[in-house]
Amino acid sequence: MSEPTPARGSGSVRAVRAIIAGHGDFAAGLVSAVQQITGRGDVFRAVSARDLSAADLDALIGRTIDETGVKVVFTDLQAGSCTMASRRVLRDRPDVLLVAGANLPMLLDFAFADALPPTDAARHALERGRAAITSLGGGAKK
Amino acid sequence: MTVVLNRIDDRLIHGQVVVGWGQPLDIRFIVLVDDEVARSEWEQELYRMGTPPEMDVYFHSVADAVRALPRYREDERAGLLLTGSVDAMLQLVKDAGVREVNVGGIHHRADRRQRLRYVFLSREEEQVLRDMAQLGATITAQDVPGTRPVELHELLESEASVQ
Repeated sequence: MSEPTPARGSGSVRAVRAIIAGHGDFAAGLVSAVQQITGRGDVFRAVSARDLSAADLDALIGRTIDETGVKVVFTDLQAGSCTMASRRVLRDRPDVLLVAGANLPMLLDFAFADALPPTDAARHALERGRAAITSLGGGAKK
Repeated sequence: MTVVLNRIDDRLIHGQVVVGWGQPLDIRFIVLVDDEVARSEWEQELYRMGTPPEMDVYFHSVADAVRALPRYREDERAGLLLTGSVDAMLQLVKDAGVREVNVGGIHHRADRRQRLRYVFLSREEEQVLRDMAQLGATITAQDVPGTRPVELHELLESEASVQ
């Protein structure tokens, strides 16, 4: 389902610049986290694949892109149904960029990059999200 | 090893298949049986790009799959057979000896009634599942390994509140 983005205490409402689509509450959770950290959760529209057929998910993502006019779709999993649906939908929308494997650092970077065109902002955010993955501790590898 | 899961899922290859079942069963190949996908290079590429590199995907029409399945059953790796419809799986039960069927996801459509959170069936589809059982197949609904398997008689008697 497509869920409205939270705008609690955010003052002015920004235009939606990207869709986040994923399993379960993945998208709503990330939007909530971006909102809590930056107050900019309203740049995203959350979409969930929960209990939708492939055809219904294709239609939902296509409709959400058209309603919002976004040029960027972030998804959770490369093999996931939202990525599959987005790739089908984007076949007829070649100016829209898909980024699969989204994480919170990536979306925080995107939320602040409103001076850049959305697709440039997403490419920058992708690099930031990739670089933000790290590990600490855990002892020596066994 | 052999084909260890025969699944009906109208989303075909997606997270529940590749990760949810793929990891615990150590699935190394998927046999995707769908006439439409078998005709479309673009769709095949879409599904191929959605699977991890250690997992092969083979595409067949239903008629082709009947001939090809014996070969996949002799594969030393663990495999997963996947159809997008009950009709395609019925053919494989009839003509290719499939004896265990996992109903993994059949989603909302106007002519379907909700049976489980992830299973909606039309009257015709219910009959197809009964036909499979008549032919000796064991039918179980289960979307991911951690959920309770639901047997056919319970599935057809259940309403959406059953999970």
